[in-house]
Amino acid sequence: MTELRSENIAKRYAAERRFRFYGAAALVVTAVFLTILLVDTVWKGIPAFTEHRVLLDVTLDAQAIDAAKPEAADYDSLVKAAFRAEFPAVSGRAEKKALNALLSSGAGDDLRSLVIADPSLIGQTVKAPALLSDDSDLYLKGFQTDVSVAAGTAVLRVAPLEGEEGFLLTGDVAEQPLGLAVGQVVRFAGGALRIVKLDSGHAVAEALGTLEGGQLTLEPGQWDLVTFSAKEQDRRIKDQQVLWLEQLRAEDRVETRFAWRFFSSGDSREPELAGIRGALVGSLLTVAVALMLALPLGIAAAVYLEQFAPKNRFTDLIEVNINNLAAVPSIIFGLLGLAVFLNFFGMPRSAPLVGGLVLALLVLPTIIIASRAALKAVPPSITEAALGVGASHQQAVFHHVLPLALPGIMTGTILGLARAFGETAPLLMIGMVAFIADVPEGFTSAATVLPVQVFLWSDLPELAFQSKTAAAIIVLLVVLFILNAAAIYLRKRFERRW
Amino acid sequence: MNAPATFKTLITPEKPRIMAERPMKISARDVDVFYGDKHAIKKLSIDIPDRAVSAFIGPSGCGKSTFLRAINRMNDTIPTCRVTGNIVIDGQDIHDPKLDVVQLRARVGMVFQKPNPFPKSIYENVAYGPRIHGMSQNKADLDQIVEKSLRKAGLWEEVKDRLNNPGTGLSGGQQQRLCIARAIAVNPEVILMDEPCSALDPIATARIEELIDELRQNYCIVIVTHSMQQAARVSQLTAFFHLGTLVEYGDTDEMFTAPQEKRTQDYITGRFG
Repeated sequence: MTELRSENIAKRYAAERRFRFYGAAALVVTAVFLTILLVDTVWKGIPAFTEHRVLLDVTLDAQAIDAAKPEAADYDSLVKAAFRAEFPAVSGRAEKKALNALLSSGAGDDLRSLVIADPSLIGQTVKAPALLSDDSDLYLKGFQTDVSVAAGTAVLRVAPLEGEEGFLLTGDVAEQPLGLAVGQVVRFAGGALRIVKLDSGHAVAEALGTLEGGQLTLEPGQWDLVTFSAKEQDRRIKDQQVLWLEQLRAEDRVETRFAWRFFSSGDSREPELAGIRGALVGSLLTVAVALMLALPLGIAAAVYLEQFAPKNRFTDLIEVNINNLAAVPSIIFGLLGLAVFLNFFGMPRSAPLVGGLVLALLVLPTIIIASRAALKAVPPSITEAALGVGASHQQAVFHHVLPLALPGIMTGTILGLARAFGETAPLLMIGMVAFIADVPEGFTSAATVLPVQVFLWSDLPELAFQSKTAAAIIVLLVVLFILNAAAIYLRKRFERRW
Repeated sequence: MNAPATFKTLITPEKPRIMAERPMKISARDVDVFYGDKHAIKKLSIDIPDRAVSAFIGPSGCGKSTFLRAINRMNDTIPTCRVTGNIVIDGQDIHDPKLDVVQLRARVGMVFQKPNPFPKSIYENVAYGPRIHGMSQNKADLDQIVEKSLRKAGLWEEVKDRLNNPGTGLSGGQQQRLCIARAIAVNPEVILMDEPCSALDPIATARIEELIDELRQNYCIVIVTHSMQQAARVSQLTAFFHLGTLVEYGDTDEMFTAPQEKRTQDYITGRFG
């Protein structure tokens, strides 16, 4: 009998241990997934926070720039001219085009702001930064291909092929392998050659760009062997462009810096110019509208329902419906907004005002339910105490119950706010998904919001937008984190007063 | 209302000694209280004298707390609760539509079973009532009311240096005395106490009982208690409730030594309840 009982106890302890293990395991799994998600996002997003610029000596020709109207001048061509001057050997349409492609289409912007800030620069030659294109940027961040350069160790003789394009490379000793591979580039003072065919003892190469002259002999040390980790046809940046960038890097003209642009500009079709300011401002405006509407309405509704409303079938019905509203899919609210705010009331499309109205509808049930729960949690003895000293019902509610419920109400509001901040679907319905390059100026100007921006960018084919997407997610998370921290701080302060 | 004339409705045949000496403060006639369908108090009539402590005793669910809450219309806050009959305080019907319930509750203070100070400072707890009733013109007035009330409640010496500390940080007995101070700060005439010592230890209980004894000089006090000893110690009159009716009501001494009713005797000797 006693033995059976101790066996039972052992079983019970085992069950307890098992249960604790399950709990801990669930926690670990969750933590791992969360960590993977965060690390992955941060890892992908970090490159978007830096940008590369090339430092150019730009002559600010007084004829090209009107000192009275410096903002109207064509800085792009000035920058392009200065950039081409760095590579005098480049000739031919295709080559020039490839060279220009290294620069961003907004390369002149930094120079423009420089001149506008200091018009006395006109007429001088200044060292000005020009933004590089997304492909150059990605290459410089190490995304497109790895490049290794080895100094040439043997003598290499170069001679033009007879009767066809290309050059024949031979070594000093006949029939001895040259130690080259197809796809590698031989770089020397006068140009560059890419190996296209390899035979024993000799190789056939094509010139990158134009190669002057006929026969030449490259002594060891006069040439470098450049090896690419990715084939040229598999990447957007070409071998020659890589060599140009490497040349700029060798001249110390490439500058890496924090991409303030990402926070100061709106959306753009060019990844290197695209920023989240428009979406961030749009988000803040939208959530501000939602909060201004939903918070007072929600608290008022909760206080009335919890403290003043008569308990009858009608208020029961209202209560059930509020609970149901909290479970309505958010896209339905978007449809409602489309039908009512846009079509019936004729409010502007894509506007934070309408977005805020829709989100207010969305978070209202959450706020009401949380506020009611918080009000209900205030012990009735407090109301009784207030009534007992002769406070009216309203005084009891507003002097005692509501202040005590406020921390709970704020928690509910934070949850609602966080939901509103991350909400995408209903905003798609009211047109906040459009491409909007301008930062919204008010509640009625066209805007988009952060999560929609993430959605838009994630859809784009450019590789550079992938890291922009991750970076936008990071910003979204940071904003949410800051909001939550601020709200929790406020809540704690409120609690300390009591 | 002339209380002595209707006195025969009471169960005790003769007018208690205490009553002969003091004026009546509260007169209840044919009071019925319903919670929904439940008939909690049945045709209850009672007269409660001023400047004395009247104790309501009886088993749980007998309606003594319900009746207490009817005196300051606290039952109004319970939606299903319905009160009929007459309750008169100083000749004024408390159900008179012209009477403001807020005014009534200021005149009839209440102390609850569990100490329920507001989660505010000690000072704010006491000052709240006077403030909402506009009883003070300035801060100095209010300070004086707070001090006076805390002194009356016998708490001043213990808390005078920490008036800004939260009232919820006091011990249970101190909290209950704070609640009493809060109740007397609005200058009530009647203080209703609903088992004020049930959550306290014996020492705190003794302190509260002492306080009640002091307060009886100035107030009409009605106390609901489950402790027969407490009723015997603090009250001059005792009313025994059973199943929603008043069984017996009289001088405490007589009640505990020579109860007239069998049920009272059974209850106070511990045979039921």
